[in-house]
Amino acid sequence: MEETLLDEATLLAEFEAKIDAEIKIEPRDWMPDAYRKHLIRQISQHAHSEVIGMQPEGNWITRAPSLRSKKILLAKIQDEGGHGLYLYSAAETLGVSRDQYIQWLHEGKAKYASVFNYPTLNWADIGAIGWLVDGAAITNQVSLQRTSYGPYSRAMVRICKEESFHQRQGYEIMWKMMEGTKDQQRMAQDAINRWWWPALMMFGPHDSDSAHTGNAMKWKIKRETNDRLREKFINKTVPQAELTGLKVPDPNLKINGTDSFGEPTYEHSDINWDEFWQVVNGNGPCNQQRLEHHIKAHEDGAWVRECATAFLNNSNSLNG
Amino acid sequence: MSATINTNLDTDQGSLWEVFIQSKPGQPYKHAGSIHAFDKEMAIENARDVYTRRNEGTSLWLVPSNEIVAVSSPESASFFEPASDKIYRHPTFYNLPEGVKQM
Repeated sequence: MEETLLDEATLLAEFEAKIDAEIKIEPRDWMPDAYRKHLIRQISQHAHSEVIGMQPEGNWITRAPSLRSKKILLAKIQDEGGHGLYLYSAAETLGVSRDQYIQWLHEGKAKYASVFNYPTLNWADIGAIGWLVDGAAITNQVSLQRTSYGPYSRAMVRICKEESFHQRQGYEIMWKMMEGTKDQQRMAQDAINRWWWPALMMFGPHDSDSAHTGNAMKWKIKRETNDRLREKFINKTVPQAELTGLKVPDPNLKINGTDSFGEPTYEHSDINWDEFWQVVNGNGPCNQQRLEHHIKAHEDGAWVRECATAFLNNSNSLNG
Repeated sequence: MSATINTNLDTDQGSLWEVFIQSKPGQPYKHAGSIHAFDKEMAIENARDVYTRRNEGTSLWLVPSNEIVAVSSPESASFFEPASDKIYRHPTFYNLPEGVKQM
């Protein structure tokens, strides 16, 4: 009503005052287009990552080594589907339908975390994913609980409550294998060798090369930079590896100081950015397979949606 | 200008429902998020699977999103004004004699 009298500059000033005062932005509030666009991109990418992330793990459901591990893996994968749905729910508050988000994914206009374009070759990979990939995701998501957009923040709080089970189940697999036979130890080491770098890549480009960091930090969509989150993850994960006897595949890794809690911090090699951009741009080992599988599952489910729509139309016409 | 929430989504994935969870008997219902469903039964089942996998609640309310009527202060600044000019509604407004107890 009165809003039409306010010009864009006033609205922006009010919006930024709220951000500065740590007041969350809600779906019906005015927001700059660039803020909305950033959220649409980031939250949908996050949602797609949860759903696509079900594929590499799904590969091992039928091959899990025990009934216990199979049940746990099923529950974890179901959680990932649930996390995708929380996030699509948050993303839909921005005025874009879930259908549209999925269409953008299928058209290659939306991305998901590149880490899921790597294959899961042995059982220890399931351990490495839970421990390292979920561990990296948690580091990011704990920080995002304080994001400025209300629905995204609430989804993050819910997801973080569930994630620590994921990381522990992964770490337990790695630890058990390191306590096992030489072959099992070799498989566990092989898994960390292959997953360490992709997990570090999950935090994205260096802050200086990140196209999206500027406004995202100013408007508190992101609360900590890519590099800062990556450091946090390395600092907490290296001691976890050492405890089980796993070797982090980085010849330049060494302690370079301590943090405010007296825990060690690490110097490390830089990421292979050529590989990073190759995978981001669609040329990773499984990019094509992941997307094709998602499209196929979506198309195979079309008859269910058609039946449900027909059922709804029927019951509406019966009820007059 | 202001964001409109698109609740009447033109898709084949059902309509949007808002999920409210009561964590324990006696507690107020709290908004958890939304789900897609084609009817009430599916709404309840989907809400259970998505939002209560870890005993988050003992009771659920499902409301079609487009049935919710909403207002918030930025849209209409004067709407909540009646609340701010009646400070005598708050117990701290009143002066009381020293030493009064249990009040």
